[in-house]
Amino acid sequence: MPFRSLTELQQQLDAGETTAVALAEQYLARIRAHNPELNAFVDCNDAHVLAQAQASDAHRAAHGARSLEGLPIAVKDIFCTADGPTQCCSNILKDYHAPYDAHVITRLKEAGAVLVGKTNMDEFAMGSSTESSAFGACRNPWNTDTIPGGSSGGSAAAIAAALTPAALGTDTGGSIRQPAALCGITGLKPTYGRVSRRGIIAFASSLDQAGPMTRTVRDSAMITAAISGHDPADATSVADAPVVDWLGACDSRDMKGLKIGRPTEYFIDGMHDEVRQSVDAALEKCRELGAEIVDISLPHTKYAIAAYYVIAPSEASANLSRYDAVRFGHRCDNPEDLLDMYTRSRDEGFGAEVKRRILTGAFALSAGYYDAYYIKAQQVRTLIRQDFDRAFAEVDLIATPTSPIPAFRIGEKTDDPLTMYLSDVFTIAVNLAGLPGLSQPCGFAEKLPVGLQWIAPAWQEDRLLSAAAAYEAATPWHQQFPAAFNTGDKS
Amino acid sequence: MSWEVVIGLEVHIQINSKTKAFCGCSTQFGAEPNTQTCPVCLGMPGQLPVLNGESVQKTILTGLAINADINLESRFDRKNYFYPDLPKGYQISQFTVPLVDGGYIDIPTKDGEKRIGVTRIHMEEDAGKSMHEGLEAVSHIDLNRSGVPLMEVVSEPDMCCADEAIAYLKQLHQLIRFLNVSGGDMEKGQFRCDANVSVRHPGEPLGIRAELKNLNSFRFIKQAIDYEVMRQIELIEDGGTVVQETRLYDSVKGESRSMRSKEEANDYRYFPEPDLPPLRVSQAEVDAIRAGMPELPGALRKRFEGEYGLSPYDADVLTQTRELSGWYEQLVAAHPQDPKRCANWMANELLGRLNEQGVDIAHSSVNAVALAALINRIDDGTISGKIAKDVLDAMIESGKTADAIIEEKGLKQVSDTGAIDALIHDIIAASPQQVEQYRGGRDKLFGFFVGQVMKATKGQANPAVVNERLKVLLAG
Repeated sequence: MPFRSLTELQQQLDAGETTAVALAEQYLARIRAHNPELNAFVDCNDAHVLAQAQASDAHRAAHGARSLEGLPIAVKDIFCTADGPTQCCSNILKDYHAPYDAHVITRLKEAGAVLVGKTNMDEFAMGSSTESSAFGACRNPWNTDTIPGGSSGGSAAAIAAALTPAALGTDTGGSIRQPAALCGITGLKPTYGRVSRRGIIAFASSLDQAGPMTRTVRDSAMITAAISGHDPADATSVADAPVVDWLGACDSRDMKGLKIGRPTEYFIDGMHDEVRQSVDAALEKCRELGAEIVDISLPHTKYAIAAYYVIAPSEASANLSRYDAVRFGHRCDNPEDLLDMYTRSRDEGFGAEVKRRILTGAFALSAGYYDAYYIKAQQVRTLIRQDFDRAFAEVDLIATPTSPIPAFRIGEKTDDPLTMYLSDVFTIAVNLAGLPGLSQPCGFAEKLPVGLQWIAPAWQEDRLLSAAAAYEAATPWHQQFPAAFNTGDKS
Repeated sequence: MSWEVVIGLEVHIQINSKTKAFCGCSTQFGAEPNTQTCPVCLGMPGQLPVLNGESVQKTILTGLAINADINLESRFDRKNYFYPDLPKGYQISQFTVPLVDGGYIDIPTKDGEKRIGVTRIHMEEDAGKSMHEGLEAVSHIDLNRSGVPLMEVVSEPDMCCADEAIAYLKQLHQLIRFLNVSGGDMEKGQFRCDANVSVRHPGEPLGIRAELKNLNSFRFIKQAIDYEVMRQIELIEDGGTVVQETRLYDSVKGESRSMRSKEEANDYRYFPEPDLPPLRVSQAEVDAIRAGMPELPGALRKRFEGEYGLSPYDADVLTQTRELSGWYEQLVAAHPQDPKRCANWMANELLGRLNEQGVDIAHSSVNAVALAALINRIDDGTISGKIAKDVLDAMIESGKTADAIIEEKGLKQVSDTGAIDALIHDIIAASPQQVEQYRGGRDKLFGFFVGQVMKATKGQANPAVVNERLKVLLAG
């Protein structure tokens, strides 16, 4: 049975039933066997993985185990690592090697994790399907004709197919939660400022946040415990954030007396019937577990996508200016002059969706349009934040579907960016408000996984984890696996 | 019909903090290209800025010194444009809410003091340097300067001629060095000026302005403004109109050329820098900075004039830098009897010599106590003022004390009336013709006799004694 959680693997390692090297070999074998079909990994260096695993076993023998000792973790290609390429799945960073580790990579290494490689993603994290990757589309293990969601689709698919037990993703508008939902796994976006962004290639700085993607709620807590905390080198990483007892929250698993808000705006026309049924059944289960379900309203939800698609591209248009072919990255052949070097290098290096967002952002910020777009979008952002403030005066947590639809077919929406953008309709507001959100599996639609999204007030990740762990303990959804990938490993 | 000139100035001042604005790199000038860089100031993927507190404090100090308001919450913005020496493709600056608002600088003019308004002071980071000269088909980029902290001081359009602009710049330049917020070295680009110049007939609304860029010496600034004023007046009087544009002054040719027009101007697409939270400072921090503020040049100048009776010129010279004023006050403390005389000796004699040698007061081999000792030797009659100048030369050269040099070279003044009387008798005997003429009423010849005595004593005779004895003995 290859589908094991980090917690299970940790128990096996602690009991001496396996070693970091043995685990690394098992997962490397699965990556070799299944990655060609899924395209979930874009870089994986066996020798490097095994070297880390050997070092971890040696550390365990000499000094005892650290919090993630010997556990394989994959990372999205957006995290800079001093080892191997960091390409953000873009041709403009083809063969780019960062000279440093992202802060969270350092934290994972310090916790003893074994980094198994870089996972596929939408180019510069701009997308909801992992089809815009310069390395080609990634596929959903539940049905390889469908997308795994995005932008952290490679991480989600890799976990769903047990090519890794866990991974890091980033979430700017739902890029952890939506692929987690579509691949039937768990993903947590922490409160903005909880996790350092240093060394994570920026898409939209005021929205980007790194987080774990795992098989279980507790696994997500384990990784978040390791990567969160103040980083003085990231001015947006919050110094005096309330500390969470990450694992304690999962173990408490209590829903009694919990007031869960069900926002009417998140159960919309056009959402898939089976998604609605799955989420309503999940809320009914929560009621059985002792929670009270309250209908609430988040009235500005309908403006979230519009505001997001002004703010995120505006920030991106500036963040991506550094890819100018001067110091690193792709440079066109034989530039005639400076302008030709800029325009041709960027034209060749960026894909269509990235260009669309740079242009959108540059337009929204330009003289004469700034007030009507950027300022207006920021005002909407404030209203959305206030919606949540009002809601959390009444309820402890909010529960919604993560995505209105299950995974769609590869190519189905690539020509229609607006429909594609609607994939994130339920996840974006959380980023705009800077809140923590978690997606966990809660059923199936068309035999594809459906995600339940939990939203908590800022810094209250423990509420998310406790409720999600309680739901997980009472339901079988996190133990469903795509049968085609239940192969090989007998342990 | 008469013309009125309207000038506003934007001055970029490099803050002399040890490290860059948003990373830990050194700001030392003149290092090998690209050796003072790191992933942050190279704009590498995923790197984030963290604000340097020293540059904030120095900007606040400057604001307080010009009586400005300090915004307890200000904001950073991104100014977007592509240029190879701008690694991120945007400059972190302050656009909507600067750290410092308002304030003023008083300048001397021929009609008395004039108050020039300051609109704002905001913080920003410098770009790197592009080098094209002597290179073919390539340019080189040095990013050592990338991310060095600047403050931009923006004036109101309150100046009405080049002289006023220069006076404003000199006051500002003196102030920032006095506050030790910048080295102010114009040759190193630590104090760079852009001038907005327009002309109009009195009573009319403001004319269209041209912006003159990158003026890096007071002389060129004056030339550039004068040239621009003439250009605009001639243009309008010939029936043309001034267009809003940026012009570059060529100091070699003594003329300016258009760099870009308003239509070609960049749209900088400013928006709030999401990597930096709003800059918050507490009133307590501002108060602490105010409490640590040194006495400012204006107040010091007035005090030197009032308390020590210095001429406006000397007071100005001795308040140019904090080192100078501090040195002068040490000198007065060591020789409190005559502050004016101290000022003369310091400003005219010592500084004159140091300037010739290109040495600043901080590195003078003669300290204030040593100079006071020299002045004491004039006062007590040991040497004459004239001899003292030679002694000062020797002090500067050797670093020895005045007494050591007087002793060593035997320069002690002759005040003994017996010895001087003997000399005068010899001179009277040797110059019968002059003595006769003098006694016959040619008073001017008195100087001749003084000269003869001084010559015979190699200048070491006490002039007062010589005068007195000559008068007695020549009277016969």
